[in-house]
Amino acid sequence: MSIKDIQEEIIDEFSMFDDWMQRYEYMIELGKSLPLIEEQYKTDENIIKGCQSKVWVHAELNDGKLIFTADSDAIITKGIIAILIRTFSNQKPSDIIAADTEFIDEIGLKEHLSPTRANGLVSMIKQLKLYAIAYQTQLN
Amino acid sequence: MINTVFDILTIRKDFPILNRKVNGEALVYLDNAATSQTPKMVIDAIVDYYSRYNSNIHRGVHSLSQEATEMYEEARLKIQKHFNASKSHEIIFTPGTTYGINLVANGFSALLNKGDEIIVSALEHHSNIVPWQMLCERTGAVLKVIPMDLDGKLVMDEYHNLLNPKTKLVFCNHVSNALGTINPIKEIITAAHKVGAAVLIDGAQAAPHIKADVQQLDADFYVVSGHKMCGPTGVGILYGKEEWLNKLPPYQGGGEMIAEVTFEKTTYADLPHKFEAGTPNISGGIAFGAALDYMNTIGFDAIAQYEDELLKYATDQLLTIEGLKIYGTSSEKTAVVSFNIEGIHPYDIGSILDKLGIAVRTGHHCAQPIMDFYKIPGTVRASFSFYNTKEEIDVLVAGVKRAKAMLT
Repeated sequence: MSIKDIQEEIIDEFSMFDDWMQRYEYMIELGKSLPLIEEQYKTDENIIKGCQSKVWVHAELNDGKLIFTADSDAIITKGIIAILIRTFSNQKPSDIIAADTEFIDEIGLKEHLSPTRANGLVSMIKQLKLYAIAYQTQLN
Repeated sequence: MINTVFDILTIRKDFPILNRKVNGEALVYLDNAATSQTPKMVIDAIVDYYSRYNSNIHRGVHSLSQEATEMYEEARLKIQKHFNASKSHEIIFTPGTTYGINLVANGFSALLNKGDEIIVSALEHHSNIVPWQMLCERTGAVLKVIPMDLDGKLVMDEYHNLLNPKTKLVFCNHVSNALGTINPIKEIITAAHKVGAAVLIDGAQAAPHIKADVQQLDADFYVVSGHKMCGPTGVGILYGKEEWLNKLPPYQGGGEMIAEVTFEKTTYADLPHKFEAGTPNISGGIAFGAALDYMNTIGFDAIAQYEDELLKYATDQLLTIEGLKIYGTSSEKTAVVSFNIEGIHPYDIGSILDKLGIAVRTGHHCAQPIMDFYKIPGTVRASFSFYNTKEEIDVLVAGVKRAKAMLT
């Protein structure tokens, strides 16, 4: 599935909910299915800066595609990073670099997109894209 | 049941922002330790300044400038009276507490020698730690820390042990921003003076709740921010004893702070202007004066009594939630409740509360050493003001319960 297709799928899933509580509960559920980062990679260098809670992300290249794993000490943040990783993991670095993330707005989590927001969703997107840029350079 | 010492509904009408909705819910504003809300008469003072007499002060011959100067200086007198400073030129207008601390820290660069000692408390805000670390780097002075105990109180025996003739400066907040602990500053000041050390008290968190008398305390410096006590942002004051302010060199050069300027030599203006370079926040200073008028009309005794009732009610109600732990359990506290629920990140609780229209602060509250002491990433902090109600505390408690149900 392309990044766009996965984003459409997530928009579909979230469209079933009428209020923020259901959306948050679903996001928390998604957090539970996050591919967890191995303990050895839970280092200070892998913490995303700009988040009030801790978020660790690790990326590996596998057959030309990036595989992300992550974790967070906050449940809502874990849900947010899980949604991002679901769209970006197992994709080509060039596709990740080119992808937009406007679907976040469409699933009713727009408030998290503000750059001043303490959860650092913007920082997370930036970090995932930085990994993609780094591995893309390696592939070239 | 709260016995209100004043008519809370009338007071709430003075604050236009309390009528607004957040995320579709009535706003419950419990982040007063970060910034307090602004009553209409303070907003009016700002509007009045820009509508009627906006003009630069201390230098114009024209009427508007005279009026603005008079109003600004009248605000200084109100502030002097409020804090009971003996002289009005001991009140220096600043952009806020942090600036006042930096002004003093910078000034002491010239007065400290290698090996001199500076004492700070473990309960400080970063703004009262970092400037002193920078000062130590510049001068070779050594920073010592008064430790805290599990209740969030300073260990005063340790403080007395730290004092010695090498101690030149002691810095402590009157009230801890993260925990609400009221520190025994009178004792701290008296003991410091016995070894000849000067004391700066960060009054930012105390000033909205406690009317400090700088002469009775015998504080050498006392700093506050207007925006924490119903005033606007970007204005505060540094109180300094005249003898200390005369000893310290100017902090910033510019207009207003000079007596005479030639390219060979500049002589500085007298206090307070020596420390007030450039055009100040004129409307802010005037509005700060209006805010003090407003709070004094209600009365600080009544405010303290009512906020104590809110604190007790909030503490009792929150503690009914299983797994909830309050940090900062000193018997001497302002109306701040810093808490966590076992197994839940404070950020998660804050996010859910926000969706319910409840404004709290989450995180380390710019006091990481305190969080390290308790080995926690942060807390949820609900801080109350005299315009909050028991009903709002009920909304908070229900919100925390709801958050807990969602997050476990």
